[in-house]
Amino acid sequence: MQSNGLSEIKHLLRTHRLPHIWCPGCGNGIITQAFLRAVRRLDLDPDKICIVSGIGCSSRVVEYLDFDTVHTAHGRAIPFATGIKIARPELNVVVLAGDGDIAAIGGNHFIHGARRNIDITVIIFNNSNYGMTGGQYSPLTLFGEKATTAPYGMVEQPFDMCELARGAGATFVARSTTWHAKKLVDLIVQGVEHRGFSSIEVITGCHVNYGKRNCRETAVKMLQWQKEHSVPIERFHSMTEEERKKYFPVGIIHSETRPEYTEEYAKITRIKRDDR
Amino acid sequence: MNSAPKHPEQPDIRLMQGNRACAEAALAAGMRFFAGYPITPSSEIADFLASALPRHGGSFIQMEDEIASMGAVLGASLTGVKAMTATSGPGFSLKQELIGYAALCEIPCVIVNVQRGGPSTGLPTSPAQSDVMQSKWGSHGDYPMVVLAPSSVKETYELTIQAFNFAEMLRTPVILLSDEITGHLYEKITIPPPEAVPVITRRSPRVAPNASYKPYLPNEPDLVPDIPDIGTGFHFHTTGLIHTPDGFPTREPEEVRALITRLHDKINSRKHEICLYEERNTGDAELILCSFGASSRSCFQVVEDARKEGRKIGGIGLKTLWPFPDFIFHKLSSSVKAILVCEMNCGHIIGEVERVCEGRCRVEGLGKCTGTMITPSEIENAIKRIK
Ligand SMILES: Cc1ncc(C[n+]2csc(CCOP(=O)(O)OP(=O)(O)O)c2C)c(N)n1
Ligand code: SF4
Repeated sequence: MQSNGLSEIKHLLRTHRLPHIWCPGCGNGIITQAFLRAVRRLDLDPDKICIVSGIGCSSRVVEYLDFDTVHTAHGRAIPFATGIKIARPELNVVVLAGDGDIAAIGGNHFIHGARRNIDITVIIFNNSNYGMTGGQYSPLTLFGEKATTAPYGMVEQPFDMCELARGAGATFVARSTTWHAKKLVDLIVQGVEHRGFSSIEVITGCHVNYGKRNCRETAVKMLQWQKEHSVPIERFHSMTEEERKKYFPVGIIHSETRPEYTEEYAKITRIKRDDR
Repeated sequence: MNSAPKHPEQPDIRLMQGNRACAEAALAAGMRFFAGYPITPSSEIADFLASALPRHGGSFIQMEDEIASMGAVLGASLTGVKAMTATSGPGFSLKQELIGYAALCEIPCVIVNVQRGGPSTGLPTSPAQSDVMQSKWGSHGDYPMVVLAPSSVKETYELTIQAFNFAEMLRTPVILLSDEITGHLYEKITIPPPEAVPVITRRSPRVAPNASYKPYLPNEPDLVPDIPDIGTGFHFHTTGLIHTPDGFPTREPEEVRALITRLHDKINSRKHEICLYEERNTGDAELILCSFGASSRSCFQVVEDARKEGRKIGGIGLKTLWPFPDFIFHKLSSSVKAILVCEMNCGHIIGEVERVCEGRCRVEGLGKCTGTMITPSEIENAIKRIK
């Protein structure tokens, strides 16, 4: 039996940096825990893990993780991670950042990282809004829902991050929620193990800014909403077009094998090296 | 390809373009990671490095934009690899946020800006020197910058190596501020043998990884910390938030002050070492022509012509623009009648010269923003106006 206690992951935390800055009930802690459980299950060498984040409540996570950690600029985690991975391909490079960070300001880097199929795992903390700046809408805010900058309801359509990732060339694409905390661990394990660009979207709750404007003002309501609005990808496939509009598919949305960037580049270096 | 001299004892003399000299020098300085985005007039640097870096066991990547290039450079440098990017005007603007990040997080790197006419898309294929102030103040917040400006192919080679050495020894981003003329100029250059190239590499922690290691604790006397490389077991944190020596965020006024002043002090305290310049015939000069980059070529031509005619004109060619070499002008301003600052912009360095001279001598400017080079005859005309 696997223990669910915190004791098995505590050594992966910088406990001296706690308490964290997050609001009580924020979903970020659930994702952090799932990530550390995945690291534990994969039995990765902590010296060979580098975690890169952007800017936002979620991106502050790196401060609490006991690895080499880089808290970059807003939206720029993937470029930093790309440089790190190219320079040190033997490292496990993981990006942890928010939906605003990855899908808005960092959206271009996201699709190009996916296109290159560079071996980075990107975990998107999708709380449907900009938590840190007080609840503005993000490219993942749902149509019709409210945010400080969408006081009359969102009139823009959101990205489907999984479809975006797949379309851009990501070779491992998954979605989960903080309600599916255990399943999330499995997906992160598979994402990190996958050779290539892995995108894992996690629908999480920011009841403080997003929930309160959209009738889910408590952490529990946020979780309930996630439970009610998600279906396993297998079931999603058998739904009608009309039914699908009401749900998010969760699970592995897409997985394939394609040449990975650093491996392809290494082939060139092997041939050309010292050929001056 | 990169043909070595046939006889090792013979000097390696070549006809080379400025941009190529920059790329070759970067390799000689140990640069093994380049990320860029195509832009005139800098593209030759990326073009050459795309083919040369794999041959040196390094990596080249063309990123999706200049911001991404800058981010990748910083990521690579954080692992201990010497890294560079090259760009021009619009791309340089895009890099600014992360240049500030590099300054704050003390990540060594070299940013080449082959200046073209601006603002905006401006004059893609024409020269300018109008990014002088941006190279110092381009990112938000208080941070120091080291900026070097080459005036020839040979100087491009030398200053590129110098840029890496300053970046590594000070743990700071260094900007090589070239210009379209210098970047595209072909000149004769003698490539120094590798053993003659001084190469400085950043210091690593002097202790084994341990939980109490403070990655940003400054050393005495150079105030530069021994930051570990990613992947070496230190489990350290890098953040663009103001941080304490242990690397974690702070808002304590005293700790904020300590970091911001140290970042300035580690560079300003070594001004005499960092500020490189060329002085010609300044000893008895009544008038000094002050310039940098391609414009200093015309100035030195005028100095040479003037001396033949017995006119007491001297020249200062600044190779380091930032930190500004105040000390040169403190001295000169009491011995000369006037300083004429020649630059391809609407007046950047002249403001610094005026500030330092404090009215002790006349300071005049020949600022040209036509996308064309300042010619010796234009300088002669400006000299006539001073008299
Ligand atoms: C270039 C830049 N623009 C804007 C900001 C301000 N800012 C800080 S966090 C943030 C949004 C964060 O939203 P998200 O990435 O979704 O993370 P969350 O806080 O919701 O976890 C913004 C816009 C910034 N720091 N930098
Ligand atoms: S504002 Fe929202 S995202 Fe940020 S910590 Fe609070 S609940 Fe979490």
